[in-house]
Amino acid sequence: MQKETPQSAVTMRGIRKAFPGVQALDDVDFDLGASEIHALLGENGAGKSTLIKVLTGALARDGGEIALQGQPVEFASTGEAQAAGISTVYQEVNLIPAMSVLQNLTLGKTGGRFGVISWRRARAQAQEKLDRLGLKVDLDRALGSHSVAVQQMVAIARALDAETRVLVLDEPTASLDAQETSALFEVMRSLKERGISIVFITHFLDQVYEISDRLTVLRNGRKVGSGRTAETGRQELIAMMIGRELGEVEAAFAGERRAAEGEPVLTARNVGRKRLLQPFDLELRAGEAVGLSGLLGSGRTEMTKLLFGAIRPDSGTLEMRGKGRVGASPGASLEAGMALCPEDRKAEGLVGELSVRENIVLSMQAKRGWLNRVSRAEQEKIADEMIRALAIATPDAEKPVRQLSGGNQQKVVLARALASQPRILLLDEPTRGIDVGAHAEILVLIRKLCAEGLALLVASSEIDEVVSSSDRVVVLRDRRKIGEISGGEITRDNIVTMIAGNDG
Amino acid sequence: MTFHKLFAASLSCALMSSAALAADYTIGFSQVGSEGDWRPAFSKNMQDEAGKYGVDLKFANAQGKQEEQLRAVRAFIAQGVDAIIIAPVVVTGWEDVLEEAKDAEIPVFLVDRDVDVDDKSLYVTRISADFNLEGKLAGAWLAAESLGNCKIVEMQGTTGSAPAIERKSGFEAVIDQFPAMEIVATQSGDFTTEGGKKVMEAFIKSTNNLDGICAAFAHNDNMQLGAIQAMKEAGLKPGKDVLMVSVDYVPAIVDAMKAGDANASVELRSAVAEFIYPVITDYLESPKDLDKWIVIPSDLHKAE
Amino acid sequence: MQSRAVWPLLALAVILIVDGIISPNFYDIRIVEGRLFGNLIDILYRAVPTALVALGMAVVIGTKGIDLSVGSIAAISGAIIAWRIQAGDPHGLVLVWALAAAAVCGAWNGALVAGLGIQPIIATLILMVSGRGIGMMVNLFYGGTDPSFQSAFLQGLSTGSVLYVPTRLFVFTGLFLLLWVLIRRTALGLFVEATGGNAAASNIAGVNARLIAFVAYVICGLMAGWAGVILTADTHTSDPVSVALYIELDAILAVVIGGGSLAGGRIYLGMTVIGALVIQTLTTSILISGLPPEYNLIIKALVVLFVLVLQSDKARQGIAAALWRRVRQ
Repeated sequence: MQKETPQSAVTMRGIRKAFPGVQALDDVDFDLGASEIHALLGENGAGKSTLIKVLTGALARDGGEIALQGQPVEFASTGEAQAAGISTVYQEVNLIPAMSVLQNLTLGKTGGRFGVISWRRARAQAQEKLDRLGLKVDLDRALGSHSVAVQQMVAIARALDAETRVLVLDEPTASLDAQETSALFEVMRSLKERGISIVFITHFLDQVYEISDRLTVLRNGRKVGSGRTAETGRQELIAMMIGRELGEVEAAFAGERRAAEGEPVLTARNVGRKRLLQPFDLELRAGEAVGLSGLLGSGRTEMTKLLFGAIRPDSGTLEMRGKGRVGASPGASLEAGMALCPEDRKAEGLVGELSVRENIVLSMQAKRGWLNRVSRAEQEKIADEMIRALAIATPDAEKPVRQLSGGNQQKVVLARALASQPRILLLDEPTRGIDVGAHAEILVLIRKLCAEGLALLVASSEIDEVVSSSDRVVVLRDRRKIGEISGGEITRDNIVTMIAGNDG
Repeated sequence: MTFHKLFAASLSCALMSSAALAADYTIGFSQVGSEGDWRPAFSKNMQDEAGKYGVDLKFANAQGKQEEQLRAVRAFIAQGVDAIIIAPVVVTGWEDVLEEAKDAEIPVFLVDRDVDVDDKSLYVTRISADFNLEGKLAGAWLAAESLGNCKIVEMQGTTGSAPAIERKSGFEAVIDQFPAMEIVATQSGDFTTEGGKKVMEAFIKSTNNLDGICAAFAHNDNMQLGAIQAMKEAGLKPGKDVLMVSVDYVPAIVDAMKAGDANASVELRSAVAEFIYPVITDYLESPKDLDKWIVIPSDLHKAE
Repeated sequence: MQSRAVWPLLALAVILIVDGIISPNFYDIRIVEGRLFGNLIDILYRAVPTALVALGMAVVIGTKGIDLSVGSIAAISGAIIAWRIQAGDPHGLVLVWALAAAAVCGAWNGALVAGLGIQPIIATLILMVSGRGIGMMVNLFYGGTDPSFQSAFLQGLSTGSVLYVPTRLFVFTGLFLLLWVLIRRTALGLFVEATGGNAAASNIAGVNARLIAFVAYVICGLMAGWAGVILTADTHTSDPVSVALYIELDAILAVVIGGGSLAGGRIYLGMTVIGALVIQTLTTSILISGLPPEYNLIIKALVVLFVLVLQSDKARQGIAAALWRRVRQ
């Protein structure tokens, strides 16, 4: 990692940004050289989007400085950033499929006098924009009738104008196939040759190596490294993205790994779904903690959801000991004795307006059926027990759960799963976005549950957490299960090597 | 009406219009739509009776839309009909199309509602019932019956609608002549039975069981029927304790009058073809200036 | 709970006090023709249909949905009553037919919303627009010109009285308790509120969110069907064009006055009834006030605005702060 590129397009120094309960960016530096393609990497919640939003004026920063070609700048809005030559294309194409390409290129950019659109001028300008990218697209056809790749390019064409110096592409390849991706890369290279610097956000490592000149990695709101892509090894990169030094608690566990001796309680054979996860086999045993490791987008969340029936598999069978085939729906899985704590607490985990008590009893109530209501007294008893057992910090059980901090919300999700008395517990990122103290408590709890005979599957983006808390580790790459390791094989280096693949 | 009857009726319409190919006059009729009970009966009467007057009627239902009506009238002009009848959806926006008809020398007759044009020569005449007259008839009957001494509760039609405004002003024009006649309470019952019942219930409470009230005037029979129910439920005797007069003369009020629950109703005729066609055919035979409004007479029916 | 109930009850009290000032004998209650008789009884009596519809609406709004078709459902159940009575069915069976038709209407809405995933406002708009036409078509089954009927049983339910108390108040109380037990003494209420609060999370937690939404629309349809029965039996005439017209707006308003949020996630049955009473008290007050009918809607809108402002914490704080400043000056 060395300092370089004397004349840089963008220099960001000591950027800080906090949201309630989270330090999204903590003293982050970012250098974008002139005429370079710079990959910005990190797991979900690492701070990529926040950094980009600070750069493009969509978010106000709490601290730090930004300079554009050496000149300090202060953007109050995306409009000002755009006027200064910074354009952004977001992940979801913000265009209107039913409108023509011409209309999409013109929308919101009509600087005509009195807001009147001169379609002749607009057409000329739109054509010029497409020509700049070497795109041959019929201006009058509806945008939606073109492929996603073309739509993506039109979005880029729209974002670019003659003054653009810096182009930010947020996951532009997420929904493109290989051929479409290489077409996009062509365009990116030609833009670079014309002196435009590009920030390229992606989680596909192959693409990072194919297109980028330099890269920067963020984790938990901090910059963990940056350098020339060619000089950064694949394993080093993965370690930067998902590695973390062991805490005390985790280090304590690492010693007591146990062999798989419990009985298999859940057996997945050839379970998969097209485009989400290739068919895989998996066995979960009572009293065993299985870690699920892989990069963002490798299929971690998909695997937990397929096992739980939250995503319906299109192949394979799931069998539970003593229950036969399971997994038709979350309700059926719950009834059979499974529980899932999802990754996205806000969207899929909690009902924010309901109280802590109601959130905790929801799953057990669903398991008992609507007629067999858990009485209020019983609800309160269970809620109080859970609040005590998991040390949930809340004044009382009637507080709306949205008012709790992230870590305590995570504990409520866990409490809900535990209240349904599962035999198999699927945890997707149980320690995401919570403070260090809560983090350690949750890991202690996982260990304890396991000791009580629960079968556990823990998906995590933190390699060291997986290493420290798992008896067995399943590794995913590119939406495929690529192997399992257990016992003494579970080391950080082994996992990184597997994720990096043979060519790494 | 069963579906069979409906079918037979439409079939006979179809037969009649083809039989009328040899008719003396071809007349286009642009009707507002088919809302309520009265208007479909009006349309059917116009279609059924056309043959009798030697008229081949081209009927166009505008489904309540003025642009549809303008289109129909222009189509009539293009077909070169002998005359055009319009039951306008709204009062404004007619100048252009009426000019076109005038240029094509096709006389236009309005039925039912009015139009608002500066140049009254754009149409020959309007042939319709007079809502104001209906109100006057009800008022006159009540004045005679009560010997000019009567406290009245009134159930208005939908607030702001032409029949409600006109019936009220006609009624008031008569009772204003009698110092001892007075409307002591008035409310809108939206022309519905439910509305009439609710309003009468409130009147009963606010006038201490209609104490001293001698009559109830409703802008239509449906509201009066609701009022009758409300009064019976309150232990009052409609038609005896209180005089009940309303407008429309629908079958249900006829029954109520037979039972002694209602006293009088002003008929709003739907069988108006006999008043409309002669005016038009006479005019087509010998064009002359007519009054701008020919009123279809309204009759007040009394209980025996 | 207490603080939430204060404002709608306060609004109700204010309207009643104003009534007492305008009309001194407003609170009189007498016995006429073997039943209680007076403005206060009238308010309860007339509020029943709106309150029934509002209770069903509260459940649907709890799922983050809305049902615009309740007026049309009431019209259909009314038309079914007139039709089946003309067809000579026993009147108890006629009631079953009417409610069954309403349940089918609710199931249709539920299927569009929960099954096909159509937005509730659009899905229920379909039946809202077509329902009154369906009612008129049903009227045509037996001639259509005179859809009135006589039924001692149904009219007894609607306009009769038992022990001086209007029967419909007993019907309402019975349905309210039934619904309350269904929502609060089974887990249905929790599931509805969880679904409305966050459907995806409820699903992961094992609640069949789509089934719950479907059931909510069926309940709402049934309540609207009961309102149709009460209203149609009241005038013993099926009038699909105008029966329960705009009742969906009053029902939504009742839910909102009762503290419900259109964002879903909470059901307040008792407060919804208070909301319906506020609206009916207002309507009755306007009718007896002697004001020209041209002002009815404006006054209603202003009072509703006043109640909603009272309910809004922000508005209350703002007004209190403004008043405080003035006092100190």
